[in-house]
Order: sequence, then C-alpha cells, then structure tokens
Amino acid sequence: MARQLNQMQDWARETRLTHARIVVLAMLMLLVMVGLLYRYFYLQIIQNETFRAQSDRNRIAVRAVAPTRGVIVDREGRLLAENLPSFTLALTPERVSNLDETLAELRELLKLTEDDIALFSETRRRTRPLSPVPLKYRLSESERALLAVNKHRFEGMSILTELTRHYPEGALLGHTVGYVGRIGKDDIAAADTEQYRGITHIGKVGLEAYYETVLRGELGVSQIETNARGVDLRVVDRIEPTPGAQLRLHLDAELQRIAAEALGDMRGAVVAIDTRSGGVLAAYSNPGYDPNKFVNGISFGDYALLRDSRDAPLLNRVIQGQYPPASTVKPMLGLAGLNRGVIDAETLIADPGYYTLRGDKRRYRDWILRIRGTGHADFMNLRDSIAQSCDVYFYELANRLGIDALSESLYDFGIGSPTGIDLPSEKRGILPSAEWKRETIGSSWYGGETLIVGIGQGYMLATPLQLAVATSALAMRGTAYKPHLVASIAGEAVIPEPLLSISAPTEYWDEVFAGMVDTVFAPRGTAAGMRRGLEYTVAGKTGTAQVVGIAQDATYDEESLSEYQRNHGWFIAFAPVESPQIAIAVLTENGGGGSTAYPVARSMLDYWMTHHES
Amino acid sequence: MSHDFERVSQVSSRDLGSRIAFLRLLHIDLWLFIPLVLLSMAGLVVLYSASGQSEPMMTAQIRNLFVAFAVLLTTAQLRMETLKLISPYVFALGLLLLVGVAFFGVGAKGAQRWLSLGFIRFQPSEIMKVAMPLAVAWWLSKKALPPTAKSMLVAAMMVALPSFLILRQPDLGTSLLVASSGLAVIYMAGIQWRYILSLILVALLSIWPAWVFVLKDYQKQRVLTLFNPESDRLGAGWNIIQSKTAIGSGGWEGLGWMQGSQAQLDFLPEGHTDFIIAVLAEEFGFRGVSLLFIFYAAILFRGLIICWHAQSSFARLLAGGLITTFFFGLVVNLGMVSGLLPVVGVPLPMVSYGGTAMVSMMVAFGMLMAISTEKPVTRAMR
Repeated sequence: MARQLNQMQDWARETRLTHARIVVLAMLMLLVMVGLLYRYFYLQIIQNETFRAQSDRNRIAVRAVAPTRGVIVDREGRLLAENLPSFTLALTPERVSNLDETLAELRELLKLTEDDIALFSETRRRTRPLSPVPLKYRLSESERALLAVNKHRFEGMSILTELTRHYPEGALLGHTVGYVGRIGKDDIAAADTEQYRGITHIGKVGLEAYYETVLRGELGVSQIETNARGVDLRVVDRIEPTPGAQLRLHLDAELQRIAAEALGDMRGAVVAIDTRSGGVLAAYSNPGYDPNKFVNGISFGDYALLRDSRDAPLLNRVIQGQYPPASTVKPMLGLAGLNRGVIDAETLIADPGYYTLRGDKRRYRDWILRIRGTGHADFMNLRDSIAQSCDVYFYELANRLGIDALSESLYDFGIGSPTGIDLPSEKRGILPSAEWKRETIGSSWYGGETLIVGIGQGYMLATPLQLAVATSALAMRGTAYKPHLVASIAGEAVIPEPLLSISAPTEYWDEVFAGMVDTVFAPRGTAAGMRRGLEYTVAGKTGTAQVVGIAQDATYDEESLSEYQRNHGWFIAFAPVESPQIAIAVLTENGGGGSTAYPVARSMLDYWMTHHES
Repeated sequence: MSHDFERVSQVSSRDLGSRIAFLRLLHIDLWLFIPLVLLSMAGLVVLYSASGQSEPMMTAQIRNLFVAFAVLLTTAQLRMETLKLISPYVFALGLLLLVGVAFFGVGAKGAQRWLSLGFIRFQPSEIMKVAMPLAVAWWLSKKALPPTAKSMLVAAMMVALPSFLILRQPDLGTSLLVASSGLAVIYMAGIQWRYILSLILVALLSIWPAWVFVLKDYQKQRVLTLFNPESDRLGAGWNIIQSKTAIGSGGWEGLGWMQGSQAQLDFLPEGHTDFIIAVLAEEFGFRGVSLLFIFYAAILFRGLIICWHAQSSFARLLAGGLITTFFFGLVVNLGMVSGLLPVVGVPLPMVSYGGTAMVSMMVAFGMLMAISTEKPVTRAMR
C-alpha cells in the first residue's frame, strides 16, 4: 500500500511537472504560429503591391513590334525600295539533340562558311532560350527546296519568314535611294535606342538615311505572357505599330535608266531638275553599286573591292564629286557682265587666240588656239562667245568685273554653297574670292587668277548638282528652287522652297539664252553635234575642265595623258527654251570634253520632251 | 488521492470522442481526425493546381493518403504497453538501418538517403522520426522524473547518434526534425531550465565550428542567400525570391484556383512539394493561408490536450515529443518558404506531395490517437 501510495505520489508529481512543460510549450507554439501568420500577413497584405508588380514583371514580357518600313516609289509609282519576304534558316538549339553534328551536316548541305557558324554562335548567346537562332539569311529557292526535302533529318530546324528591304532597280539608284543595313553600335544615339527595339535595320546611305525617321514608322508594343523558361504563351495586349510613310519621288526611273545607258561605261554624273519645282528627275552617278548587297551585311571582300576601287563607286558624284565647272559658268558671267554694265550685247572683244594682262608677259590661251592655231574671230560679241565658248572674251570680262564682282555673281547662282538637297553628305564645292584665298591659302589674290576663274578653272570647284541648279536658275530667268528628290511623303506634297533669286532685265536673259541656243543650233556652236533631228528648242553650254595644269608652252595631248588625267567633260542644258521644264547637268569624268557629255543630255531630253511635254 | 483518479476518469469520460462507442472501439480521436481529413482534402485541391493538373500525381497522392490513413488507424490500435515494449527495438533497428545507409545506401543528387531492398526503397531516417521519441520516452520514463544527469546523458547520446548519421547523408532537414523529436522528449521529461539555457548557449557557440567543419557548401549557400536572396538571383536565391513573390502577390483573396501565374507558369520551383504553401498563398490569398493555419492550430492544440490527459509518463513524454516534432517540421517549412529560415528540404505536413513523410507522420498521429483513446487508468488500477 505504501509502495502504491509512493507510486501515486510520483505519478502526481510527474503530472504536474509535465503539465507545466505543456503550458510553456503551448505558449511557445502560440507565439511562433502567430509570428508566422504575421509573416504571411506582412508579405500578402502589407507588401502585396510590391510582389504583385514583381509577379507581373516575371510573367509579362514587353516586346517591341517592328513597323513595316515605308516604300519608295518614283513619280510613276514604280517601286524603288520595297519590302520582300525573305526566308531565314534557324535552329532552336534546345530542340536539337546534337548541335555540333547538325551544324556540320547543314554546313555540308548548304555550303556554309566558318563565318556563318561563328555568327550563329554569337547570335545564339544574345537570343532568349528556346527561341530559333538564325543560321543563314536569304535562302535561295533551291536552298529552300533542299531543306524541305531534308527536313526530317534536322530536328529543331525552322524556316523564318521576315520582310527584307529590296531595291528592284539595283545599282541604277544605289546612290540616290541608298540602302538600309543591320543596325550597328554607332548607328543610333543612346536616346534613340528605345525607338529601335525590335527593328533590325536602319537607313545608312541616300534617301534611306535622310528620311530614316519618316520611313521607319512607329514601334508597336506587344505584352506577352511567358513562363519561367521564356516560352511565349499568349498575347496579353498589343498596340499595333504605325507603318513608315511612303515616299514618292519626283524622279523618273525611266529617265534615270536612259541617263545610265547614255553614260555607258564612262565615269560621271547626271542630274536633271524640274525647273518649275526643283524636283530632281534623275540623279545618277557612275560607277555605282548594288544596294541589295548591303542590306544583310556585305562580305568583307566585296566591300574592300568597292572601297579600294580607283573608280570610287561608293562616291555619289552628283552631290559629292567636285570638279572645276569650266566654261559652263560663261552664261552666268555673261549675265553678270550685262547686269553690272561692264559689257553690253554689242561689246566686241579682239580674239587673237590668247589674252595678256597689262604689265604681264604671260599669255592666257584660248582653247581654240590649239585646234586652229588662231582665235575664234577678230572680234567677238557675247552671244557668239557663249556659243563658241570664247575664252579670250571671258578673260576680258573677268578682268573688267574683278574677282569680287565675279565671285558675287557666281555666288548668286549657288556655286560654292550646298544646295540643301534631301540627301546626306552633300559637298559644297569651292567659290574662290580674294578673301577666301587669304583665309585658306594665306596669300593675296593676283589678277591672273581672276582670268582663270573667268573660264571656270583654277580654284573653283562645283558639284554636278550645283550646276544643274544654276542651269535651272538660268532657265527660269533667275529663280531656282531647292532641289528635292521627294515629291510627297505619305501622300502629302512637299512644297517647293525658293533657293536662288537673281534679277536682271529680260533682254539680258534673252541675250544669254541666244548664246546658249546657238551653242546647240549654230554651226559653230560647241554642241552643234547634238542638233540633228531636234524637234524642240534647247539651250546649252559645254565645258571642258582641266585635270592637270598645262605649262605655258606645252600642249595638251590627250594620247600622252593617262586616262585619269584627261579633261572632264561638262554639258548643261535646259528645254524647251520658251517655257523651260527641265534643266540638266552632265559630267563625264576624264571624258575629254563637252562633246562626250551632250549626247547624254540629248537622250534624256528626247525622252522627257516626248513623254512629259505638258 | 483517489480523488485525482476520479477527476481524470471524469474528464476522460466527458470527452466527446470517448462517448461515441464505435469511434472509441476504433481508437479514433475525432478532434485530431477531423482536421487531418480537412487538411488532406485542402492539400489535394492545392496539389491539383500546383502539379499542373497532373492526373498521375493526383492518383499517386490519393493512394498515399489511403495508405497513410490506413497506417493511422492501424497504429491507433496499439496499446501503450506494446509501444513501450517495442520502443528500444524499433530504435535499434532504425539505428542499424542508418548505419546501413552509410555503407550500402543509394541516393541521388549527391545525397545518400535511401536503402534499397530490391523491391522497395525507403529512407531509414523516416523511421527515426518515430523511433526517436519512442525510445527516449521509453528510456526517461523508466525512472522517476525529472531524470538524473546520468540518464539525461544517455538520452542525449540517443539523440545525437542518429541525428549525426542523418546529417552525414547529408539531410539537414530530417536530421533537425529527428534531433528535435528527441530533445522535445527530454524537455517534457523536465530537464532543468539551466540545462536548457546552457544547451542554447552551446548551440550558439557551435555555430562557427559547425559552419566551418560540418555544413556542406550548398548548405552554407542556402543560409547566405536567406539573408540576401538578390545576391544570387538566378541561382540559390531564385527559390526564395519566387516563393516570396508568389505569396506576396496573393493578397487577401488570392488570384484564384489555378490562376496563380507564379505557380502555373513555373516560376515557382518545387511548387507541388516543399513550396506548396506558396501556391496556396498565391491562389487563395491570406484567407486561404489563415484557414490552413487554423487547421494546423487545431491539430497542435488537440495534440497538446492529448499530451495533457495522457495517463502515464511514457505516454505524456511520447505525445509531447510527437506533437513537438510535428510543430517543428511545420515551422521550418512555413519559415523557409516565406524567407525566414534557410531552405532545407522539409515538406509541408499533410499537404506536400509525397508518401514517405506522410506515412511516418501518420504513424505519429496514430500513436497520439492510441494515447488519447487509452482506457482510463482508473479502471485498470481498480
């Protein structure tokens, strides 16, 4: 009984002990559970917004949707730059069991290069997981057929269709329309990167570069729900992109083709301008290049060939080629002489074949001297001097005007100033003056240099475009518009902007025009060779620009000079004379003289006058 | 003194569970059984969403539940005397198997946790979850409580050896659970507070040597990322960031069943196993979490009540050990998923997908029911 009592006492004591422990344990449990519940309350209620945002960031990927680039068409609506579907071979690395083997097989099949494989690895690193990585762009018809037949051999292979820029006219408009290329590091300013998300190409040259912002369009945005592995599940929201605007040009692709064909193999440049609006009807520089080669990356070898060629195919001679304008300035200077009263229509100047300045033994030769051994005639008036391109008359005129007036007059015709055409990288040429020489060369002007400027030689340089604009100013009796390639943007017409304004009495213009008409129609006119069969009136002026200086007593011998030292040929013209529509400047680089240039203008004028006379 | 016995028997007979004859016959404790059933039901609902509507997984889990509840009911039939009798042998067997794992174990992902008997693979560490409180309770209840220093030292050895073996596998989570189940029994046995305090002190002091000598690199990484998950966003920090995001985006009402983007779009790793509460939190919101907490609180409360009314010291120590182990596993899981504790592989009791842990837990609840439905001592004494 005592033992049992003792046991019972033990039992009761132990019960009290463990009950105390249970109470402490219960309180601990309560505390911890409440603490944990608060933790969930804190995350779910207090921090809810933060985590909701975090969850959305996880879930929703915002993708830019690239707009379709605006197309470029000529005045007749012919496509000059379009977007064509192009086929790209891509592999999804995660779906390929043996990537190296597959690459080796595809390499064999499609004759891929080491570069293609390297580029693939590079692109792969920048691509989201489980997305196709491009392996070969612009698959040909036969390559696509080959892949279709062998499709079962390559798991994870896909053919992607995307729009790629294409230039149907190729080299014909390479310089003018330009091209787009894959966006490089230096292409877009940091501020603009937002605008280019999802866009792979950017205008690099020509109109494509100048009108980049217009052609590009506005990005759309697509919110896509993705899972943790980055696989797209569904589109949550989508703002459609705004396609780029269509550019309609003044340019006539047919006129351009005629210019190119007429120029043939000759290096040179041709510009035609609608004198009534400044619209550029043709702008061709030869040699050119196929802009399509640049779109998805030109190979290094092909690029080196273009870059290093002596014929400088990458140079757009229309706006970047700078040449002495030579005798093409004579009509402008004739007008200046009349306008400033240093000559009149009846002024006669003796032409012995050379000209001397008082107190200077040097003989300034007339180009005719080399041909005939004598001058043009005993006495020359302005009209004949323009038509026959008499140097002596213009030496005297230049001497009478003096360098300042001479420089001012040519400035009025836009020589030495950028025309402001809608193309990037236009060169301005050089308009020399006493002040210019002091600043750039650092010596003072002397009288003999004035004479040289009087025949468009010496320091003076002009681009073919500048001469076309000056010709347009002549044609319109003093008024010229800023040359413009684009006629309308998305259907909205571009309004012509006045560029030049020269005032002179009508009879002065008539006198100059008479000389320019005689150039073509008079038997002794320097462009008389083009008059056969002409059914409309043309006013023109030839020019022959010296590339190398000829010593005082040496003679210019074309045969002895290398091709690249021969004279450049010029021809400027407008038609019809009564109500001018078109002004043209043609330059044949090392063509020998104006006689290589005017046939080009004739072909173009023939086409224009039969197709566009209004 | 008979008054005391009287009171115990009265309380016991007032118990609703014991009034229903057949429940008592089946040794079912209704107040423990109901929340366990509700919890499993809720778990299935969440799992359906968390598994991505996986039918095989649902089938397997329902099968697991049937097995687990069968085990529960079976274990509940055991008598205290039997339990007491087999305790040392179960412990010895568990220890033997753990040693076996160390030598012949198979494993995956660098851990050696499994023992293969050809037709079945199992984790002996799971046996230890039950064997540990049984054995320590058996040992300490042999003598009067509170235990002497000597018997406590033996108990400490009984805790340390299996825990160490499990830690070596390595399986930090289970090792902690097993150790806690033994320590909980020692606590219940009335170990003096000064020992407890000095043990805490020793634990704090051993943090540094444990860091240097015991913890593996991946375990250290988990602790480090706990404090700064952003330091390794896509690596070790990923789990914590994604689970906190899932929980936090749930709000009051949640995003709706099968509508949680974190869970459904696979941002949340281990969503159907250890991190399943994050799925529940995202899809059912704080309301759902609170309901889950109520279920768990009910189980804990009932466990403590059973412990309180247990009729022998052995039963009380065992019940205290079992319910504390359950509590400890719960806290570790809820804490790690919400970014309070390092990520150790501990499932959410009754909800996470998986059979082994569920079965060992049901053995524990079965023993609790056995304790709760034990015939009142008074009758035996009379």
